[in-house]
Amino acid sequence: MKFAIALFAAPHLPASRRALRFAQAALDGGHEIVRLFFYQDGVHSAASNVVSPQDELDLPREWREFVTANGLDAVVCIAAALRRGVLNAEEAQRYTRPAANLQAPWELSGLGQLHEAAQQADRLICFGGH
Amino acid sequence: MSKSLLIISRQAPWSGPGAREALDIALAGGAFDLPIGMLFLDDGVLQLSTHQQPGNLQQKDLGANLQALPMFGVEDLYASQRSLAERGLGAADLNIAVQRLDDSALTALLDRYDQVITL
Repeated sequence: MKFAIALFAAPHLPASRRALRFAQAALDGGHEIVRLFFYQDGVHSAASNVVSPQDELDLPREWREFVTANGLDAVVCIAAALRRGVLNAEEAQRYTRPAANLQAPWELSGLGQLHEAAQQADRLICFGGH
Repeated sequence: MSKSLLIISRQAPWSGPGAREALDIALAGGAFDLPIGMLFLDDGVLQLSTHQQPGNLQQKDLGANLQALPMFGVEDLYASQRSLAERGLGAADLNIAVQRLDDSALTALLDRYDQVITL
């Protein structure tokens, strides 16, 4: 089955961990992930400046490694990210901000990417909504 | 044929960017000519109230964006009758035209859509 996975929650909330475990289980089960789309506070789960205590789960790092290892299409909503201070180098330069905290494998793009993924997938699975 | 998507908006307009970001999904979908519906539920119905003064919170008025929905082709707009009644909102208090649905109609509505996003 083809899944599109949307995450709306920050990395310190259980929904981000659940989304990652679901995504891992989907691939382990032989399914396909059309796209990961991070929206609302979910954009923080892609940020590279999150520092977790050494004996705690580092979810942004786990996400990054999972996406890279599996070559997934991983999109962070640009409007939601800018609003929350999650910027790649290009946006940091555009808005003259002192630092970038989003790198590959993540891509900043628009909500059209969520709709396109939902159309291509058999199932849209959302984590961390209300 | 395109899959239909129902966006359930449950956040009050002053509770953070949630209401605005739910609406943005609907507007983006409409711009792509996708079959999009929007349901205002629980505190989400407060977005529909005409009695808002967002300027006092240095916020923009979401009402103007809501009124853009039909222009973006999003015409299937619904609100929970129960949520409206619980918050004292009647038909005359609403800033856009919505179909008001009772609980059993809400169940049927959810069944009609291929996909649902709740924010």
